[in-house]
Amino acid sequence: MVYAVETNNLTKRYGELVAVDGLDLAINEGEIFGLLGPNGAGKTTTLSMLATLLKPTSGTARVNGYDIVEQSAEVRRSIGIVFQDPSSDDILTGRENLYLHALMFGVPKHERKQRIQHVLRLVDLQDRANDIVKKYSGGMRRRLELARGLLHNPRVMFLDEPTLGLDPQTREHIWEYVENLVKTENVTVIITTHYMDEADRLCNRVAIIDHGQIAALDTPSALKSKVGGEVIRLRIRSPNLKAIKGLDYVLSVNQSGSTLLLTVKNASAHLQEILGLIGEVGSVEVRSPTLNDVFLDYTGREIREESGEGGVFERIAHARGGR
Amino acid sequence: MGELEGLYALWYRELKVFSREKSRIVSSLFTPLLWIIVFGGGLGSAVSLGGINYQVFIFPGILAMTILFSSVFFGLYIVWDKKIDFFKEVLVAPLSRTTIFAGKMLGGSIDALIQGCAMLLFGLVLGVRYTALNLFFSFIFMFLLASAMVSLGLIIGSNMGSVEGFQLIVSFLVFPMFFFSGALFPIKDLPSWLFAFTIVDPVTYAVDGIRGTLLGASTMPITTNLFLLLGFAAVMIGVGTWSFARLK
Repeated sequence: MVYAVETNNLTKRYGELVAVDGLDLAINEGEIFGLLGPNGAGKTTTLSMLATLLKPTSGTARVNGYDIVEQSAEVRRSIGIVFQDPSSDDILTGRENLYLHALMFGVPKHERKQRIQHVLRLVDLQDRANDIVKKYSGGMRRRLELARGLLHNPRVMFLDEPTLGLDPQTREHIWEYVENLVKTENVTVIITTHYMDEADRLCNRVAIIDHGQIAALDTPSALKSKVGGEVIRLRIRSPNLKAIKGLDYVLSVNQSGSTLLLTVKNASAHLQEILGLIGEVGSVEVRSPTLNDVFLDYTGREIREESGEGGVFERIAHARGGR
Repeated sequence: MGELEGLYALWYRELKVFSREKSRIVSSLFTPLLWIIVFGGGLGSAVSLGGINYQVFIFPGILAMTILFSSVFFGLYIVWDKKIDFFKEVLVAPLSRTTIFAGKMLGGSIDALIQGCAMLLFGLVLGVRYTALNLFFSFIFMFLLASAMVSLGLIIGSNMGSVEGFQLIVSFLVFPMFFFSGALFPIKDLPSWLFAFTIVDPVTYAVDGIRGTLLGASTMPITTNLFLLLGFAAVMIGVGTWSFARLK
């Protein structure tokens, strides 16, 4: 079995800091694979190494069977990247951006027009192709970059935080386009995200990355079922934790500020009892576990949703400046 | 083949950007025209040098200035490109860094040459006589100056982390290169301290070369100017290529 991406003890250090710590991954062809983790977990550094933008400190990786250090040109030709920050030229039209990409990535002359038309159709931008990118919305620009990444027929696509900063409706659209690409274009997609809902919705498998290491790796549903019960979320000032922790059906207790998260087997049957023991409660919510709960379960922390990790280049600039 | 097409792509991009930012062309020609019309015209009504009206005398200098400024700025602009924009896309392309540098350098040089041509047209108003030969040599000087200065800008820009150093470079590098070049005065019989600055300023050789070509009034032989400028351009291109190879 040939993997689309295979890493072997992949490590990146910046002085004392270990950004990626002995990563072993095997990503199958045709899957949507998510690297999920909080800011600074090492997702973007991993992506940069796989895209041959950064050299690993130690360890190896193969993308489409090519070694990322020894065969970086072959790797580059066989992958497509959508950066976190806009990287299309906003003075040029959508079509011109695609034309330049076709030239730089060696798309044969007789295929160019046809490929450009094809990828424009995939992301529904045919009608706006001759408009200057400055006039595009954020979502359209992301779609153009998605199309551009696909132009040279890559077998693996890397999407770095593909829906960061987009509104909910646009995010939903981007997800649909990505799902569609995997079906029709036969590519493997690797995304980094710190959005739980994105990983849950889009990915076949998810690796939860924390401190440069894999904390958990499985399908979203398997990860969620490992939590083993439902989640009860309570707003409470001074919980009686002792009384709760003794109960055999309470699987885990996590407190942050005035929020208490309990993982409970068969929660609805036990809710009455818990509420009786725990003290005065502001509000209660019972739900099935999300990837957020999985993350909390594995790392003991909640993932923060407010801001994204720096883009590939900011990270590189940072690393250079820091040396 | 792939590298050549990449080179073409980079150049095509610069040309498109240039053609769509017409306001940039107009504003880049405005200051040089002020120099010639107001400064040259004002002083020219009283001064002539070696039988050449002052306004005409500084024309080659201002032509070189136009190219100097637009070339260095073009190169420095890469600081922006590195942060946002199209450049990320270019860096992940399967192209050698030499090609990327060459594409940027040629793109910027041709931009600067187009501005130089607009200035040459204005020379007609001043009564500068063009022949095929003197235009040909002017283009060579202009191109050498442009490629050297775009490279210099790219070298500084690719090693600079932020745009904050911009003003510093303009004040302490670009303006001195213009003022010491003899664009505004003859470099014969200068006080020795000033002469020392003038002969280390590469722009001097472009100004003197173009002045010799167009007006027949150079201080040094044209071939001396040509080879010194060629040497400087070659060094800048070499260092620039090396800088790009290191660029992440």
